[in-house]
This record gives sequence, structure tokens and C-alpha cells, in this order.
Amino acid sequence: MFTFCTDPSVLPQWQWFACYLTTNTHFALYRSVLVVLLLLALVAPLALGLGMLGALAMRSGSFLLRGIGTVYVSMVRGVPDIIFFLFVPFAIDQLVEYILHRLRCPDWEGSVWRGNDFVVCAEAKVPLSTSPAWVHDLWGFTLAVVAFAIVFGAFAANTLHGAMTAVPKAQIETAEAYGMTRPQAFRRVLMPQMWVYALPGLSNLWMILTKATPLLFLLGIQDIVFWARELGGAKTSLFAYPHADWRVWYFLGVLVFYLALTWISQKVLDRVMIRLSRGQATAAGEAQRRAARA
Amino acid sequence: MRSCGESFEGLILRALGREYGDRLLPRGLDITLCDQVFLIASGLLWNLYYALLALSVGFLLATALAFAKASPLGWLRRPAAGFIFLFRGSPLFIQFFFAYEALSLLPRTGIEVNLLLVSITVETQWMTRAWAGALLVLLLNTAAYSAEIFHGALQSIPKGDLEAADAYGLSGFARFRRVIWPTMLRLAWPSYTNEAIFLLHATALVYFSAFPAWQQMGDALYYARYFADQTFNPFVAYPIAGAYFVLLTLLIIFCFGLVNRRLNRHLPREARARLRFRPQYIR
Repeated sequence: MFTFCTDPSVLPQWQWFACYLTTNTHFALYRSVLVVLLLLALVAPLALGLGMLGALAMRSGSFLLRGIGTVYVSMVRGVPDIIFFLFVPFAIDQLVEYILHRLRCPDWEGSVWRGNDFVVCAEAKVPLSTSPAWVHDLWGFTLAVVAFAIVFGAFAANTLHGAMTAVPKAQIETAEAYGMTRPQAFRRVLMPQMWVYALPGLSNLWMILTKATPLLFLLGIQDIVFWARELGGAKTSLFAYPHADWRVWYFLGVLVFYLALTWISQKVLDRVMIRLSRGQATAAGEAQRRAARA
Repeated sequence: MRSCGESFEGLILRALGREYGDRLLPRGLDITLCDQVFLIASGLLWNLYYALLALSVGFLLATALAFAKASPLGWLRRPAAGFIFLFRGSPLFIQFFFAYEALSLLPRTGIEVNLLLVSITVETQWMTRAWAGALLVLLLNTAAYSAEIFHGALQSIPKGDLEAADAYGLSGFARFRRVIWPTMLRLAWPSYTNEAIFLLHATALVYFSAFPAWQQMGDALYYARYFADQTFNPFVAYPIAGAYFVLLTLLIIFCFGLVNRRLNRHLPREARARLRFRPQYIR
């Protein structure tokens, strides 16, 4: 990185650290922070969408849809979600390979489950064994996003369902008295008002989501935990930058990163709450009205 | 293929160590359904161990922390608030890693870890083992979360209750023991039940973080993953583990419900806060 980094063993303290912290492997660590943020950016809308679908299913008139919604939500919430993080990518991977196997290799003899092995033909492997490494990484990351979205979608569905029921019934009745159809009343009256009720639950969920991101490590993704372990481990003099076991410092860094992330999130969410309460028929909204009048 | 009875004898206490069952875990094609059911069940012993000890000790610590956070004295309030922020603001998963690395340094700073693995004696080494180190982290973690719940309850004790205590001439410890503490518990209990459930589910993380499962003594999920990896079939082991956790969750709800009934026994029936099944959020 810097011009003076040619021979690290003779550098004075601060230059040694400047070089050490800008090695290629350290940039991998910094990139993995971006991976965490990317995961958050992808999972949050997906989970919200899935949660919306789940909440709508839970209050739909159809018995079947209501059953599906309720089972989805209560199943995910009753079990430690780490089980889902281990199970879902594994299961989806096998499912996709099985479907591709049936499509691409129709004349394959015998079952794909042989004893304790899951064997599909070479063309059905996802990703193909010939594809470059980044495709494998991308596939792993996609599975992780799906697993996170499924788990947090269930939580969001529960929160949104609660928020929809929390909107005062009189509001809907008024809308219907004005001659709106049920979908219209839902779109024009319920949707704009439910967010203020959903926000405390959703912000709680956001906090939980940020704190669940280190679990990416369990899904075999080279995330922030992986690199902290990798880089912090003791390096012998064979390495350009030998050092003792510094993992505790690396994990301290990760800890501080997450503390900062939750602290900033809290500040932002507080502001959003103030913005959403404006003009609402809640205690916070009433307080804002009083303050504005005074 | 061995019979279910043999699996039961060999595996039901295997999580406690090799002396209490089969030396080697079943492998590959030898794995039967009964093996999975009983070995995962034996892993639950560790989940229960962590959950029960962390909850009971954490409860005392949380009460102290909640009162410290509510205290008007700055030197008492600020450390308590900082402690709570530290443990609630960071992921438990990272806390495990950090604690493991920090505890590994205990004997002498800057020691080689591979030296530690060959076990270089010293009395502090047991702290890096999961049963002690992970328990410590879980305990502090649940103390922080419960303290926040208790602090919230403390803030919402009805003013009338405190005035009534004053009117009866209660003060100091008697006021605390007979009015403040029971009311705080009563208000906090539904949330505290959820916290206990989260904690139970969080115990599943122990053997997936830094703490190694020594001699393959692990918890339920450790064995579930072992079977999923061995059989390459996630559709048996994980649902078994999941079902066990649901059962334990229901057991917690039942036990905490009994306490809740007792805490609310002076109230008219409709006014009693009902416990709701609202389990599961990771942290």
C-alpha cells in the first residue's frame, strides 16, 4: 500500500502498523464488513415483503391461506433460529439440485439418496463444478440471504399482523361508510396508519437482525468473524508481519463495530418514530400536536 | 444395526462424557433413527445446564443491576447502564468469541494458543472450557437483558403502591421486600418469561462459536449438526432438535406460568396479566 512497506521487519512501530493494517488480507476483512451491510440491505426489504405476505395470509378470508400463514409464523418462532440457519441453506441446496437432476438427467439410474450420500449427476450440481470460485461464493451468499429472509420474514409477519389489528377499527368502518371497498380501505386507510404501530416491533427486529449477521460465519461465508479469526491467529516469522495471538483484539474490534452499528441504528430509528408519529392518533402524535400549538 | 434399547443405553448420557456411554459416536451408515433421537436428547442436558444456571444466577445479578441503573447515584448508575448497553448492543455470538479469546489469555498475556491446546496446566485453564466460559457469558448476557426488563418494570411501579407503603410506615429493606420487589417481578414477569425462552434458545449457540466440544460432549444442536453432516440428510436431525426445543419452550412457559399465577394471586381474575406464547428472537 505505502511506498515504505517493502521490508516490514525494519520499520518503526507506527509505520509497521500502517503497513500491517493495509495488507491484502486486511482489505478482505474490510470488504467483509461491506458483506455484512449488504446482507442487511438485502434481507431487510425481503423480510419485510415476506412478512407482508405472511400477515396478509394470516388475515385472509381463505381458510387455506390463513393456515399457511399461521403455520409459517409459529413454526419459525417456536424453534431456535440457528436451527433454521443451519437447515434452510442445506435443504434448499438439495432441493434445487434434485429438481435440476430430474430435469437435466432424465435417464439417470437409481435414486439420488444412496446410503448416506446425496448424489446427483454432474450437470445438476449447483453451482457447476466447472464454474469459477466467485459463483460458489455468490451461491453461498444467496442461500444465506434466503435463510435470513425466511426467518426474519416470519418475525416481521407477526409484527405486521399485530400492527394491522392495532389500527382502530373505527377508522376502517369510517372508510367503509364513505363507500370504499375493502381493498381500497386497506390501501388508503390501514396501510398508511399501521406503520406507527409496527415500528417499535420492526425496529426491535432490525436490532435483532444486525446482531444475527455474525451467524453468516456458520453458513461457511468468509465474513467478519472468519477474517477476525484468520488474521488474529499467531503468525510465525515465516509471515511478512509476524505477531503473537491477537484474536482477542480483533474480536474486540468486531464487538465495537457492532456496538456502533446498534447505537447508530437506535438513533436513526428514534427519528423515524418521531416522523411517523406526526399527525397520528397516538400518545406520541398527541404530544407533538400539543408542542406545536404551544 | 443395533436395537433401540442399545442406542438408548449407549447414548442417552453420552453428552456427559465418554465414561457414561459409547466411546465413539455412531458413524456413517451405522446411524439409526433411535441413535439420533437419543443422542440429541442427551445433548439437551447441556442446554438445560446452561439455561438453568445462567437464569438463576443471572436473576440475582439482574435485580442488582436494575436497581443500580435506577439509582440516583452516578457512580452506581453509569457502570450498570454501560454494562447493559455492552451486552445488549453486541451479538452474543461475538461475545462468545471475545470471551473465549480473552479467557485463553488468562494464564499469561501473549501466550501461544497451541501451547494451551496441549494443556499447559495452570488453574485458569478450566475457564476456557465451555461449561465455565460459555456459562459465564450466558449469565452476564441474560443478566443484562433481564436487568433492562426489570428496570422498565421498576419505572412503572404505580405511584399509589409506593405512597401506600409510605403510609404504612414501611421504609428501607421492608419497603423493598414487601412492596417494590414483588410489584417489579409481577410487572416484569411476562417479558421475563420471554427472556428465559430466548436464553434457552441462545444456549444452542455455545458449541457453534469459539468454545470447542471437548471429547464430543456437546449440546442438542451440536449432535444434530453432527448427524446432518454424517448422513448428509438435514431432514431428520434438525427437526428432532427443533421438536425438543419446542417441548422445552412449552415447559418453561408452564413453569413460569405457575410463578405468574402466584405473583398475581391477589388480583381479581380478569386483571391478571396472561402469559403469551411469544418465543424466539435471536440476539
